[in-house]
Amino acid sequence: MIWNEKMECISKDDLLDLASQRLKNMVSYLSANCPTYKKNLDQHGLTASDIRNIGDIIKLPFTTKDDMRDSYPFGLFSRPLQDIAEIHVSSGTTGNPTVVGYTKDDIKLWSEVMARALCCAGAEPGDMLQNAYGYGLFTGGLGLHYGALEMGLTVIPVSSGQTKRQLKLMDDFKPRILSCTPSYLLYMAEEAKEMGLDPQESSWQIGVLGAEPWSESMRLEIEQLWNILATDIYGLSEIIGPGVAQECKYKDGLHIFWDVFYPEIIDPESGLPAKEGQSGELVITTLTKQGIPLLRYRTRDIVSINYEKCACGRTSPRISKIKGRTDDMIIVRGINVFPSQIEHVLLGIEGTQPHYQLVVDRKSGELDDLEVLVEVEEKIFSDEIKKLRALEEKIRKEIESVLGILVKVKLVEPKTIERSMGKAKRVIDKRQV
Amino acid sequence: MKLTQISVFLENRKGRLHEVCVLLSENRVNIRALTIAESEDFGILRMVVDRPDSALQALKKNGFSAQLTDVVAIEVDDEPGGLAKILKVLTDKNINIEYMYAFVEKLSDKAVLVFRFEDTDLAVKVLKGSGIKILRKEVEEI
Ligand SMILES: [Zn+2]
Repeated sequence: MIWNEKMECISKDDLLDLASQRLKNMVSYLSANCPTYKKNLDQHGLTASDIRNIGDIIKLPFTTKDDMRDSYPFGLFSRPLQDIAEIHVSSGTTGNPTVVGYTKDDIKLWSEVMARALCCAGAEPGDMLQNAYGYGLFTGGLGLHYGALEMGLTVIPVSSGQTKRQLKLMDDFKPRILSCTPSYLLYMAEEAKEMGLDPQESSWQIGVLGAEPWSESMRLEIEQLWNILATDIYGLSEIIGPGVAQECKYKDGLHIFWDVFYPEIIDPESGLPAKEGQSGELVITTLTKQGIPLLRYRTRDIVSINYEKCACGRTSPRISKIKGRTDDMIIVRGINVFPSQIEHVLLGIEGTQPHYQLVVDRKSGELDDLEVLVEVEEKIFSDEIKKLRALEEKIRKEIESVLGILVKVKLVEPKTIERSMGKAKRVIDKRQV
Repeated sequence: MKLTQISVFLENRKGRLHEVCVLLSENRVNIRALTIAESEDFGILRMVVDRPDSALQALKKNGFSAQLTDVVAIEVDDEPGGLAKILKVLTDKNINIEYMYAFVEKLSDKAVLVFRFEDTDLAVKVLKGSGIKILRKEVEEI
C-alpha cells in the first residue's frame, strides 16, 4: 500500500508549488528563529523575499557537517530547548559529535515518513517488525520504531546485537519484517547456521536494510542466503534519521520524500547543480522541520536521481543506491577508491563472501600501499597451495583492473577481520600524512 | 584403501600451530603425521589424525577453515630404490601427484609416504595393479 498517496503520488507541478511555498516559509522561519542562519543569510545578502520559487534554492548557502559540529551543541537549533522533545547524537571520528533535536511535530513528521518508508518496502498494517537497529542516541532504532507504531505494526524492539537472541525471537515470534544493517544480516546467516537454523526457512520476508552503503551484489547475496526481499532505506540524523528515502518492491532506486526533504544533486567540487541524470553529491533541504531545519545540507553521499514515475505508482523521484561517499572515499596514489568497488569484485569471484578490509599505508618516501585482506571462508579453502595462490592472484588481478593501481592481496583466517554490529569498518588508513 | 587427511588454513602468525595442537589434544585427537606447506603469508597445515571427524568439528567450531581430503598412504620398504619403484609406477601411468610427505610408523619403524593425487581413485587402482601395498584405514588407529 501507499501510506500517503496525496504526497507520494503528487504531480510534479503541484509538488513544485508546494515546495516553493514551503521553502519561502522556511527561510522566513530560520531568519526569525535561528541566529546562526540569520547571520549566514545576512552575509549572503539574502532575505525571504529573494526566494520566489523552489528554483531560487540555488541562491541559498550550503550547510555542512562542519557547520553542525561548529555550532555544537545547540547553535543550529531553531527552537528553545523547552520545545525540544528528543535529542539524538551521532559521534564522528574527529571533532564534536553531531547533535539534532526534534520538536513533538518533528517526531510526528518522522513517524509519518517512516510509515511511508515501511509501506514502501511492502509492510502492511498488522505485520510484525523485528527492529534490530540500535536504540538510543543512534536514530536507527527509534526512527523505525515510530514509523512502525504510526502505521500499525507490532514492533519487537530488540535493538542491535545479541545475535542468538535475535534468531531465537525470529524463530519463535515469526516476524515478517526485519530492519537492521545489511552487514549484520549477512553476519546473522553465519550465526544461524552455527545454531542449526536454516536461513532459507526464516520468517523474515522483507528486510529494511540501511545505515551503511551496500552494493547490488551484496543485495543478491543477502536475498539468496535468506530468501528475503532486501530493500534499501536511506536517511541521516542531520535530516531526520531513517525515513528520508526508501526502495519499493521494484528496487529501482529509493523514493525520496521530496515534499518534506527536497533533494538536489551537485558537483561536489564546484557546488554547481549536476547535469540531469548524472551522479553527484546529494544535497537536502528540510522543508517543514522545526527543531533543527537545514538548508541545502551536504550529505556527502554520491548518488544519481531519476524523476520518472515508478511502476509502483509513486511519483516521488528515486535516488540511486549510494555510489560512494565524498569522505569515505580514499585516495590512493591519486586514484579514488571506494570500498564498494572491492566488494563488487569479491562477490563476483565465486563463493567469496565480502569479508574484507582495505589497509592503506605509506612508508616514508614511498608510494601508498593498498592491501586487501580477504578471509578464507571454508567454501574457498583448498588443501593445495597452488589453488589458494591462484585465488589470491585472481582477486588481485580483478581489483587491479577495476582500480587501475597495484594492490596486494592477503588471505587471512576466517573471522579475523573485525565484524561490526553497526557499521562496517572496511578501511584502515595507516598513512601519516 | 584411502586415508583421510585433514587440512587447515593458517596465517603465518606466531603460535597458530601450537593453538591447533592444543585444541586437538583437548578434544583427544591424536596427530599421527603433520606437515606444513607455506606461501609468503599463509600456510596449509596437513595432518593424519586418529579421529578426523572430531578434529574437523573442533576446528570448525573454533573458527578455522578446515577440510577433509582423501589421501593414499604407502609403506616404503627399507631397501635401496624403494621410493623410486613407486614413483616409476606412477610416472609410467601418468598419475599426477599434488604433494606428498612422509612419517614413520611406530610399530614397524618403517617410513610411510602420504600422497595427495589429482585423481585418487585412479591412483589407487594403478598402485594396486602394480602390486604396491597401500596401507589400510587402520593407520589412523595405530
Ligand atoms: Zn516505486
